[in-house]
Order: sequence, then C-alpha cells, then structure tokens
Amino acid sequence: MKEYSTDHVEVHVCMGTAGVATGGMEVMEALNEEFAKHGLLNAESKERNCEAKQTGCRGLCARDVLIDVYAPNKGSVTYEHVTAEMVPTIVQEHLVDGNIVEKWAAKKDYFQFYDKQKRYVLHDCGKVDPESLEDYVRLGGYDAIKKAITMKPEEVIEEVKKSGLRGRGGGGFPTGLKWTFCRNSPTDDHKYLICNADEGDPGAFMDRSIIEGNPHAVIEGMLIAGYAIGCDEGYIYCRAEYPLAIERVIKAIKDAEDAGYLGKGVFGSDFNFKLKLKEGAGAFVCGEETALIASIEGERGMPRPRPPFPAVKGLWQKPSNVNNVETFANLPLILLEGSEWYAGIGTEKSKGTKIFAISGKVKSTGLVEVPMGITVRELIFDVGGGIPKKRKFKAVQLGGPSGGCLTPDHLETPIDYDSLIAAGAMMGSGGVVVMDETNCMVNVAQFFLTFTQRESCGKCIPCRIGTKTMLNILDRITTGGGREGDIELLQKVGEDIKTSSLCGLGQTAPNPVLTTIKYFRDEYEAHIYDKKCPSRECAELVEFVVINERCKKCGLCKKACPVDAIYWEKKEFAIIDQEKCVKCRECIVNCPFNAID
Amino acid sequence: MAENEVVETEEIEEIPDIEANFDPTACDEICEQYKDWKGATIPVLQKTQDAYGYLFPALVERIAENMNMSPHTIYGVITFYAQFYTKPRGKYIIRVCRGTACHVQGSGRISEIVGEEFQIKDGETCKDLLFTLEEVSCIGACGLAPVIMINNKTYGNLKPEDARKIFKDYATNLPEA
Repeated sequence: MKEYSTDHVEVHVCMGTAGVATGGMEVMEALNEEFAKHGLLNAESKERNCEAKQTGCRGLCARDVLIDVYAPNKGSVTYEHVTAEMVPTIVQEHLVDGNIVEKWAAKKDYFQFYDKQKRYVLHDCGKVDPESLEDYVRLGGYDAIKKAITMKPEEVIEEVKKSGLRGRGGGGFPTGLKWTFCRNSPTDDHKYLICNADEGDPGAFMDRSIIEGNPHAVIEGMLIAGYAIGCDEGYIYCRAEYPLAIERVIKAIKDAEDAGYLGKGVFGSDFNFKLKLKEGAGAFVCGEETALIASIEGERGMPRPRPPFPAVKGLWQKPSNVNNVETFANLPLILLEGSEWYAGIGTEKSKGTKIFAISGKVKSTGLVEVPMGITVRELIFDVGGGIPKKRKFKAVQLGGPSGGCLTPDHLETPIDYDSLIAAGAMMGSGGVVVMDETNCMVNVAQFFLTFTQRESCGKCIPCRIGTKTMLNILDRITTGGGREGDIELLQKVGEDIKTSSLCGLGQTAPNPVLTTIKYFRDEYEAHIYDKKCPSRECAELVEFVVINERCKKCGLCKKACPVDAIYWEKKEFAIIDQEKCVKCRECIVNCPFNAID
Repeated sequence: MAENEVVETEEIEEIPDIEANFDPTACDEICEQYKDWKGATIPVLQKTQDAYGYLFPALVERIAENMNMSPHTIYGVITFYAQFYTKPRGKYIIRVCRGTACHVQGSGRISEIVGEEFQIKDGETCKDLLFTLEEVSCIGACGLAPVIMINNKTYGNLKPEDARKIFKDYATNLPEA
C-alpha cells in the first residue's frame, strides 16, 4: 500500500451518502469559489496550487462533513462538522496564511476512532477520487491484476487459499475453495462471475461505502477472480436503494472499458472479461445467491433449492461464482502484499480484517475496519467511543436480521466467524447495532421479525407461515396480550423454521428472537406476566405517569411534549394529562431522570 | 377480454392523464433498446416506470406484447419487488428509513408524524398526489440515524418535531420536485 502523497495542496471532501446528506456538495462549491477568489486554482507554486477533491467515506460519518487538507510533504489536517459557511475562514487562515484553524480541527478523540483499526481494504477510501480511474492507478491500482495474469489461474487460486480469506457476505465459506468448485465445473461455453452488492441488512453499509469510495478496487477484484476461475462475463448486482453507488460503478466500468482494462485481452493477455451492472428492484431475499441469480435472469427473485449449487448450475444454467463486494475488495491486497502477509493478520481460522458498520447508541457511528479477533469491547468502546448520554450498554446486535444479540457478558468475545457463532450471533455482513438500557429487547426482536416476515418471498411454507406466527405472538406480547407458554411456543416454532426453511432467510430469521429469549428472558417474562416493559419502549405497556420520587421538577418533559399534555410549574412536579396524552414517548426520551413510567 | 370487464365507475376517482391518453412511444423505444438483452424484464420495467411514473394496465400489456411475454408473467415480477408501483405516486416521496439503527433511534415516531400530517400510511399517497409515504428497510446512512429522504434529498439526525417542520415546509412551499 502506497502512503498517500501529493504534489500540490489537495482538500479531500467526503462525498459518500452521509457526506452528501450533510452538505458535502455545498462545501465543495464553497471551496472552489474561495480558491478562485484567492487565486489558488492552478497556481504555479505547488504550495499554493489548491484542488478540491471528492472522496469516499473515511469512516466517521457522525462527524460529517469531514475534510482533509493534504499539503506536499506536510501530511494532512482534518476538519470535522464542516459547513459551507466555515470554508472562507479555513481557506483564508489555513491555505492563505498558513495557520491551522485549531477550533475546528479534529482533536485526539477523532483519532482514537482510528487507533485500533487496521485500514487495509479501506486504505484508499477517503483518499482516492472514486470517479477517477487515473487517481486509482496512481495509487497502485490495477497492479494486482497485472501481476495475476503473469501467474497461472491455479496459482492465483492457491494464493487465495493460502491467505485464508473467507466470504465476507456472512457465511464465511473459504473463498479459494468456492472458486475451485466453479473452476472445475465443466461447461461448453460461459462461466459467470457475480458480485453481490445487494446489501439488504438493515444497519449495514459496508458494501455501499466501498463501492462509493473505491469502485475500481471491486472491479479489479472481480478481474482477478474472473481470471482465476475462468469466467468471461461478470455482473455487479447492486440494490436500487444506493443510487450514488450505482452511478459510480457505471462510470467506473465505462472508464475501465475505455482504458482497455475490461473487455477483450485484458492487459495484453488472452483473458477476456465483460462486466455489467444489474440494478435490484427492492427485495431483501435477493441477497441470497440463488435468488439473486433468478433476479438477474429477470424473474421473481425467489431462491432455488441447492444442490445443484451455482458453481455447477447457476446463472442461465451455467457454472457461476457469487462473492460479496468486500470479498472482492480484499483480493488486490492479497495479490500485491502476498498471502503470507495477509494470513499474518487475524486469528487462526479467520484471517485478515473485517469491515463493520457501527451504529445505534454509540458515540462514533461509522465505518470501521478492524483485524479479526478484536474483542466486542474494543470494537464498541475503543473504536466506537462507548455509549452516549452516560447510559449503560445493554446489548449489541451483530449480523442483522439473521444474527443475534450479545450482552455485557460477551464483551470479551473475540470477533471471528467461529467465536461469534458459538456465542449465538454471527458475523453476518458486518452490521453492528449497539443498544442501551432504553431499548427493549422484545421490541428489537419484533422489529427484526417484522422485517424478515415482510421480506419472506413466500416460496416455502415454514418461512412464510412460521415467521407470521412468531410475529403474531410477539405482537401480542408487546401490546399486553402475552400468555403463559408464549416463550416456549416461540422457541418451538423458531427451531422448526430454522430446520425446515429452503434458504438462508428462513433458516436464520428466528435467530434474533431465539437469542433475545436466551439472554433477556426476564424481559419477555415482564411483558407477559407483569404487563410491563422494563425499558419503557412498548408504549402500550407504559402508564405514562410521573414518579414523584424521581422527578426533579426540571420541566424538560413539558417542553418535549408535542400535544401539550404535561402540566408543570417551576418547583412543581410534572403531571401528565391522560386524556390528552398520545403515548408518543417524547417525555420518556427527554427525561434525564427516568421519572416517567 | 376488455369487453367483458365489469368496471365499477364509482370507485374510479379520476384517471390520470398519462393513463387516459397513453402514448406508447417511450415504452416501445425502451423495449427496442433491450431487445437483445437476456433477462431484460427488470431493467425494462425500471426504465418504463421512470418514463411514465407507474406501471398501469395498458402500459404493462404493451410491454408484454413488445417482449413477447404474457402480462401475468410481468405482473408476477412487478408484484414481487418493492420498487415497482401500479398506482400513481406523489410529487414528493417521503422515505422513512426503518433500518435497525434508525429504529433504535426512534424512526417509528417519524412515520407516525407523516400519518398525522398527511393521513397516509406506508405505501399510500395522499389524494392530492403530493405526498407518498414509503417505509424503507435501510437507506444505508446509519451514521445519521434517524434518517428520511424526500425525493433525493436526505435529512439526518432528526428529532420528531424537526421532521414535522420539514413536512409542513414542503406542504406550504411546494418546492420544485
């Protein structure tokens, strides 16, 4: 990996989804305006020649818009929470006068976010202009595929096997082995390579960030895989909810074609590779590989029974290999730095790094890349910065709707494929949602099941009817109708769905319910027997009365109430008018003393 | 087939112009463009939906004819995917993210507020065709939770009452879509 350097002043502006949403575009425009005003555009002196450059996600989305100022031989300075109004000051003081604007510059707490990270796959994300092929090439891009085509395909597969890379989409199947199946599968003409960018897990945005931040790395990874397996045609299947990612992939494919990196005779070899983008149309189940294949074929995206596996009969009945975005993005690294280097990172059975999207009740929400084997505690408290508002950590949900919740007792669990499964969660694609004491675990289970139930394609009965049955039970528990035996019934139905569903969606859908029952059974019991929600999140089980012993008479609840249902005078306890109250929970959320029950 | 159909006229409020005066030119062009593609159903439907706004019966029949498929096969695809629409949609599409991160940060309340302001539920459009509410599984901007999108503009870190202000603002000022 080349250290980032520049021969003139570059100001990198985060233009990922979060960056754009918080005003990245306006910051870019303001920068260019100010540069023009001060005569810094295309200036002759390299210390004065300034360029505003769009880059992808550098991780800490919570502090967007982030900008980095790179000066020749001077390293970089980062500013956080930048708005267009701040730009004139930054340009005047920093770039014209040469003094860093200390009050806006990122401080120690910003860099703590990076301390325990190892950003290898994301190394160039946030530095490279995702819409510029030249920029990617300047940082060593497409060197890995150039190296790969000097090797025999079998040697490339061997190298990937030795690296220990496992599929980053969730399953954790060894990538090299998967390739061998497809390579050895006989065919009379085509083999297909598919990149799964249908990142449907709520709470996950790793694949989006990689594609938005460094699309050429994914294309290069696909070239390497295509060469190794013997595919001549590839598809990137990207979900339609990611318009920016789609736009950038389309541009990247076109640029790579124009440069001759894609198409006939890649880099002068006899390897041909054609790449197309297929846009999804909004179906979570299409993340399952056989459903994804059906969707590319233009049909309802319903899974097919396996075997035959896609490696034997996949897209249009031809041998096909499906890998996830992050898996592909790892490949250039393995080829360039070597399998030995790669296998040196991580644990015995999980090699390399993993990218996680941390969100929920954590201070530094964002995109992180950590070595396998880091503990849950390090991930949440050291990288994520811990829980805001001095609240207590209650649970962390890993693996999205297929995964499970871990508790404070699991904080020392190392994050690798096998330890997480042993603890009842799973790696999944990499969504990490942190919850504090105000989150109700029954509600979280209900939330995930509502999602999987809605997304169930309906092909197999256990998933279609079973998830609906579980959801009905959860609905009655959270609204005060829970019955004795409901917990056992949930467990029984859950196990049945797991063993009898056709595809991964159904086989894992009960997990969030089963793990929350396992670790938070007392909360279920409180809902069913006491008709109480201990976290006061299930509004129907909350009475909305002020507990005078805890009320500090501050009046914050009155301010928060949107329907004026709270009476409060200075030095008096607050009183909630039950007639007016709409149970919106705003008072609960805003009361610092937990005084509303 | 059309002759035998019983149409209950009371239920039809007003047939939107695009349907009443259906001009198939754009549809035919799109189908022509994809005629050599394998598995072109989804991209063709996406492109025609972009052009016409939604997929009404005459349009679907035209696509089926052009692609030499039966309309029921096409409807099978349309009804499977969340992003195909068979009814007209609002000028402003309010997408409330209901992903995990947004859920734990209270996005459910924001959906309720849309309901309070415009009397619509998930998937519905208000009668004046201004607003459509869509609860989506994840926009992928979890760092800014809770998040909504109105057409292509994203609003993050929303408090429920801030969201209400934004909706009111759209309803009174009607900015360019």
